[in-house]
Amino acid sequence: MEQGKIVKVAGPLVVAEGLIESRMYDLVRVGNEGLMGEIIEMRGDRASIQVYEETEGLGPGDPVDATGAPLSVELGPGMLESVYDGVQRPLDVLERMTGAFLTRGVTAPGLDREKRWEFVATVSAGDRVSGGDIIGTVQENVVIEHRIMVPPSKAGTIADITSGTYTVTDAVAHLKTDSGEIVPLTMMQVWPVRMARPHARRVSATEPLTTGTRVIDTFFPIVMGGVSCIPGPFGAGKTVTQHQIAKWSNAEVVIFIGCGERGNEMTDVLMEFPELVDPYSGEPLMKRTVLVANTSNMPVAAREASVYTGITMAEYFRDMGYNVVLQADSTSRWAEAMREISGRLEEMPGDEGFPAYLGTKLAAFYERAGKVECLGATAAGGDVRTGSISVVGSVSPPGGDLSEPVVQNTLRVVKVFWALQDQLAFQRHFPAIDWLTSYSLYLDKVTPFWNSHVSEEYRSRRDTCMAILQRENELAEIVRLVGLEALSAEEQILMETAKTIREDFLQQNAFREDDQFSSLKEQDLLLKTILLFHERAIEAHAKGAALKDIFSAPVRERITRAKYLGTENIAEYDSIASDIETQLVGGGADESARAVYAGGER
Amino acid sequence: MREYMTTRDIVGPLLLIESVTDVTYGELVELEYPDGTKSLGNVLEVNGDVALVQAFEGTRGSNPSGTKAKFLGRSLELGVSRDMLGRVFDGLGRPNDGGPEIIPDKRLSIYGSPINPTARDFPDDFIQTGVSAIDGLNPLVRGQKLPIFSGSGLPHNELAAQIARQAAVLARSAQADVVGEKLEGEFAVVFAAMGITFEDADFFTQEFRTTSAIERAVLFLNLADDPAVERIATPRMALTAAEYLAYECDMHVLVILTDMTYYCEALREVSAARKEVPGRRGYPGYLYTDLATIYERAGRVKGRAGSITQVPILSMPDDDKTHPIPDLTGYITEGQIILDRNLHRRGIYPPVAVLPSLSRLKQKGIGPGKTREDHADLSNQLFGAYARGLQAKELAVILGEAALSDSDKAFVAFADAFEDRFIRQGKHEERTVAETLALGWELVSLLPRSEIKRIKDEYVDKYMPTETEA
Ligand SMILES: Nc1ncnc2c1ncn2[C@@H]1O[C@H](COP(=O)(O)OP(=O)(O)O)[C@@H](O)[C@H]1O
Repeated sequence: MEQGKIVKVAGPLVVAEGLIESRMYDLVRVGNEGLMGEIIEMRGDRASIQVYEETEGLGPGDPVDATGAPLSVELGPGMLESVYDGVQRPLDVLERMTGAFLTRGVTAPGLDREKRWEFVATVSAGDRVSGGDIIGTVQENVVIEHRIMVPPSKAGTIADITSGTYTVTDAVAHLKTDSGEIVPLTMMQVWPVRMARPHARRVSATEPLTTGTRVIDTFFPIVMGGVSCIPGPFGAGKTVTQHQIAKWSNAEVVIFIGCGERGNEMTDVLMEFPELVDPYSGEPLMKRTVLVANTSNMPVAAREASVYTGITMAEYFRDMGYNVVLQADSTSRWAEAMREISGRLEEMPGDEGFPAYLGTKLAAFYERAGKVECLGATAAGGDVRTGSISVVGSVSPPGGDLSEPVVQNTLRVVKVFWALQDQLAFQRHFPAIDWLTSYSLYLDKVTPFWNSHVSEEYRSRRDTCMAILQRENELAEIVRLVGLEALSAEEQILMETAKTIREDFLQQNAFREDDQFSSLKEQDLLLKTILLFHERAIEAHAKGAALKDIFSAPVRERITRAKYLGTENIAEYDSIASDIETQLVGGGADESARAVYAGGER
Repeated sequence: MREYMTTRDIVGPLLLIESVTDVTYGELVELEYPDGTKSLGNVLEVNGDVALVQAFEGTRGSNPSGTKAKFLGRSLELGVSRDMLGRVFDGLGRPNDGGPEIIPDKRLSIYGSPINPTARDFPDDFIQTGVSAIDGLNPLVRGQKLPIFSGSGLPHNELAAQIARQAAVLARSAQADVVGEKLEGEFAVVFAAMGITFEDADFFTQEFRTTSAIERAVLFLNLADDPAVERIATPRMALTAAEYLAYECDMHVLVILTDMTYYCEALREVSAARKEVPGRRGYPGYLYTDLATIYERAGRVKGRAGSITQVPILSMPDDDKTHPIPDLTGYITEGQIILDRNLHRRGIYPPVAVLPSLSRLKQKGIGPGKTREDHADLSNQLFGAYARGLQAKELAVILGEAALSDSDKAFVAFADAFEDRFIRQGKHEERTVAETLALGWELVSLLPRSEIKRIKDEYVDKYMPTETEA
């Protein structure tokens, strides 16, 4: 391989000459320590290289070695439960090699070369296979079956294949291509991160990604294969919301990219996920998770690469037929990494110094999400293999200003907008997702699923509640100006119901075990209960009950606590409903609970 | 030794030096100007045989033709040793208290290395600061970075000094309803001043002296009339010393950095001189990354006894929280304590604006064993009730007190009492966390029982003070 020489060093950017045969996005080794770098610009024989490690101590004349290959990730058994940096160096392995602090020039492969996996062949010699076909499986851990696929560009006839224990680089099979060449197939594939992995076709996504967070699932749902963003000023709850989704969503695989964020947050995930139990599999959450941790103090170029590393891994699991959720926290830090590199390249800046291609890069990244029919043969039963990637990106707008370029460019491509509001956070209304400005364009898509899996009324209940909240906002203005008394009784009831929706439905404490996860069924029942009270309150008032008595009906306490009931106690909702009837209109079963209406007659 | 007299341009704090060989990025440079003054500098960029050098101690007295530049083949380092405790240094780590040079145990690059995220230990030990507004609502945790967002004229120095003086760790308690004992003498303090006035710095030195905390303190002082660019090195000097004390001498170190705003201005000055494309308000686009390399040096490391807790102070220009310095800081640190001019005007010390303040690690640092079982619920309730009280007060301003409902009136009374009794406290008043919690319960008891929604019933029954007849 050719060798060039450094001519310039400016922070994370190094310029070298003499790299004539190398291509854009090729990986190179910089300096005597062989630091990892990637070619990001070529002018004549000068290559600009972004270096993934600290460049201190590099100077003109130092060597740069070409590798002839683009920056790639290793895909295969062993990714789950790993923690990688932005260029897939396994951080736990690095810690064992060099201790608590990251040292330059030290690297280790993304997949363990020693570890042996139990490979079970699912095709036989003589079978015709092509890209994406599954040739065997490895039970990577109790939760995930790792499906070994033919790399996308390969096709031919299986020459030989044997079940057994192998390392990721051993040949588990040989393929005879149409040109008669025999190529080994290993469990590991290598794929360039900046290139999307192919699929057969995109399909429409209609199944919700349920997160257990009520404001998301009911009001602003995302589908499996959907894209959403969470912008908000610091402290509004981006990270907690993302962690909630990583923990409780019904995706099968979770890729969490800590992109330029706090070190302690990654530690938090690392300590908590192995302890927490996945509600779907009953196993530790970590078993379905891959972490990419390139924290804010780690090299900025590797931060730029981290989202590509993450999404390529996500595509690989999607190709196996899994539903993957990828979280990028935060895309703003990624954009800033681009800006920093672009500045060093002395490119012409666009808005706020971001490169002019910011929008294109963001769109291309989110475009890698979606639900697809996977490449490869259909399964034995004739079912088409589908997989999906849902992407949830947090955005950290400076000063919380949503008109800034990263938010604006993101909003052009995402379909769900969870707007976090610091005012809500100050009031400790969590999740601080603003119900008036947030939106989901998937609402109509998930309604059929809701109808058949939750209840026929779920959608209309949701819409009614939304309308109440909207109306509350209008009325709040009047209340501010002239006081609550200016409202009609019915309006006052509406204000009270809106408050209940806010406090007893929308608010959800991520740190309370009996509150952090709510099933769709429970969400629907809770709405149903709140709306029942609302209707009965209006009736009771029409029949002469005083508002004060209605609002102090003892059943309200039960409604407030309903969210803590949990799936096991779903039957309680019936008894709450009965209490509502009894206490408001006197028609319920419970004699001892005096009806407010009756009270009104006293 | 490579020595050059080939300086071509001098622009602000930057020198362009030609015909150099073997210069590396980040290398330390010793500059000698024609008038005999000297300055340290480092290489910001090297392009072929041209080096761009930033002079830490200014370029006054320099002149292209007469300036001598010596490239030292290493980066800026700090000689560290336990003997640094009790000593005062300048912004570049040279003794300025008249005492002897430090005989270093080691020389460490001031830039440090990032902690591997897998090697971090999660901060979860409560630090009792003795300040109710912090301990009760936004507690500080060992290994956390919790800045104070302040403004000119606000008592951030007093508060920082009070924290440094009172900070203590509690022993783990075996009972969920009993707070552990205070452990004495746990902290060493590393104090870095960047661009603050002599008086402010003197306040801290006196403060440390009178409480004899000085024996456990290391001070790095870059004052308002010291070279601005030197400030870029000062916090890194301090953190290098802190890392040594924490990870090699097993100490718990509290690092106070003040004022981060002047630090950022120095960065901006260099960036402007380099004609870099500016980000918001003229600050360089890499300000976030740069600040992260400072703040992220707080933490705990698995298998090491010591820890680094950071309390950076920054003054918000125009009290504006959306200014890039507080904004980017808030995105990196684990919360913020915000001081409020209104409370200050009303004579409330410490004027902590409770609602927008936040400690992100509080969930981990409080609760049974660490403080007390009811702590989290109680603080949620206090927050909620105070927020509601402030809202009701706003309403009262427009509509008059009479328009408020009975429950709103109760919340208004709560909010006033909360500010007056809970937030307000003496500069030398140290409240144990048990006292803070007791105070919180007294205030909660002002609320109608039906409004106490955020506290588990069992805690209400257990901790609520019994009726003191109205
Ligand atoms: N759903 C929630 N339940 C309870 N507390 C929350 C919730 N969301 C956010 N918080 C609180 O807000 C703080 C800040 O949230 P975080 O996600 O770290 O904000 P961001 O990432 O936007 O800066 C958390 O430390 C926590 O105290």
